[in-house]
Amino acid sequence: MQLTNRAKPVDRSPMTFLESLYLWNIIKGMGITISHLFKRKATIQYPEEKRTFSKVFRGLHVLNRDSDGRENCTACGLCAVACPAEAITMEAAERQPGEEHLYREEKYAARYEINMLRCIFCGLCEEACPKDAIYLSQTFAPANYGRKGFIYKKEDLLIPHPLKEMEAYKKAVGDRAGNQ
Amino acid sequence: MHLLAIDLWFILEKAILVFCIIGLSFFIAMYTTLAERKVAGWLQDRHGPNRAGPFGIFQPLADGGKLFFKEEIIPLASNRILFLLGPALAMITALVTSSVIPWGAPVVTASGTIPLQVADVDMGILLVFGVVSVGVYGIMIGGWASNNKFSLIAAIRGASQMVSYELPMGLALIAVLFMTGSLKMSEIVASQAANGWHVIYQPLGFIIFFICALAECNRTPFDLPEAENELNFGYHQEYSSMKLGFYLFAEYINMFISSAIMATLYFGGYDIPFVNEASWGLQPWLLSLISFGVLMAKIAVFLFVFIWIRWTIPRFRYDQLMSLGWKKLIPLALLNMIISAAVMLWLK
Repeated sequence: MQLTNRAKPVDRSPMTFLESLYLWNIIKGMGITISHLFKRKATIQYPEEKRTFSKVFRGLHVLNRDSDGRENCTACGLCAVACPAEAITMEAAERQPGEEHLYREEKYAARYEINMLRCIFCGLCEEACPKDAIYLSQTFAPANYGRKGFIYKKEDLLIPHPLKEMEAYKKAVGDRAGNQ
Repeated sequence: MHLLAIDLWFILEKAILVFCIIGLSFFIAMYTTLAERKVAGWLQDRHGPNRAGPFGIFQPLADGGKLFFKEEIIPLASNRILFLLGPALAMITALVTSSVIPWGAPVVTASGTIPLQVADVDMGILLVFGVVSVGVYGIMIGGWASNNKFSLIAAIRGASQMVSYELPMGLALIAVLFMTGSLKMSEIVASQAANGWHVIYQPLGFIIFFICALAECNRTPFDLPEAENELNFGYHQEYSSMKLGFYLFAEYINMFISSAIMATLYFGGYDIPFVNEASWGLQPWLLSLISFGVLMAKIAVFLFVFIWIRWTIPRFRYDQLMSLGWKKLIPLALLNMIISAAVMLWLK
């Protein structure tokens, strides 16, 4: 039974002498390859040139701060629960008097680690977070020599201070500035 | 005593020429490896190596340096002497063939003429054929001494392939020799400069010669001796470090030399097409330099075609290789020879 009209019968007649010299077909093939010499190269010269990601690209995680530069995270653990790859570990601590300029609420994450080798960059942590404290940025994890280097600590994840390091903060926020 | 009476200047002149040609062969072979990777990249919509120096021009040096510093492994089960002899033989035969090629118009000086050719022997082109057929021993000895079944199969393939394709190559060449009446390379070039290039009279002969040259250089589509995916790199599988480098390098030198031979036999050698260079009134050394440049340009075109073919055509199957050689090319070459002989007799 014929399913589509696209089927083409295969020519199985034996080769003639001229065909069996392969010359004509080789010349045709060489025409195809030489045409690729003048085509645009598909390569992106990586360190100098970077591929532009879409706005919804899910890259490395960023721990957010509010507009005063205080950490949003309250170490509730919802992201760790939501994580299907179990890549997130955290330890909570209580905010002491005098630390109000560092942490937004009275509980904060003393330790916050994401194992980037486990992470599948699904973005469920971002969706689970009630405090808008974690989101996925448009960068990706750079190469490293050991597994340890892929366990990102809180210092690696925290976004730069919006008041003290404005340039770096703007760069880290990137295209998502409007979403805050 | 008359052996000692050889002019010392003559020896010096030839020694300089030999060093220049060997240096040139190495240089061209080095940059052919880069060209190969570049052209492969371009034909596959990539850039090719471009990190070592501007446009990757230091890439061959980096590759060579890497090969020098690699650990040298000689398998315990191998025959040590033969194992070392293999790459040496491949390299020597690749270099020796360059001795009879005229690299440019002779330089005429006040004290005499200096031919840009190491040895203008009477049996010039036959010497090339002789040395090329010795070249197969490099592959065979290497493959045999490795004591590895893949290497052995590759060596056998290489030997049979080279023997099979030397026949049509020689037959195609005979038709050329009909026209020149001489085996001397310098006379072959001179007769082309006078009567037009041989490729005009012998297009079929040239195509046969070119196909056989591909097979002799173990280039795709005839790279069965080093079929990566079935024989695991074939005859040089057990080789490491610079011995592997010698094999690979010898292959590129072979490519360069066979391009030079094809340019000399069919495309007028160092002859500059469409002009009468003698009427320019240039200095003789300048003229020699230009003619050398013209030969190099012809060789570069051939090298590009070699590379272009490699990145276009897949490898032949062994039975296809044999049937192409024995059943197609030899009859065609014989026909070509007989027809050119008949035409030449008729024109007389």
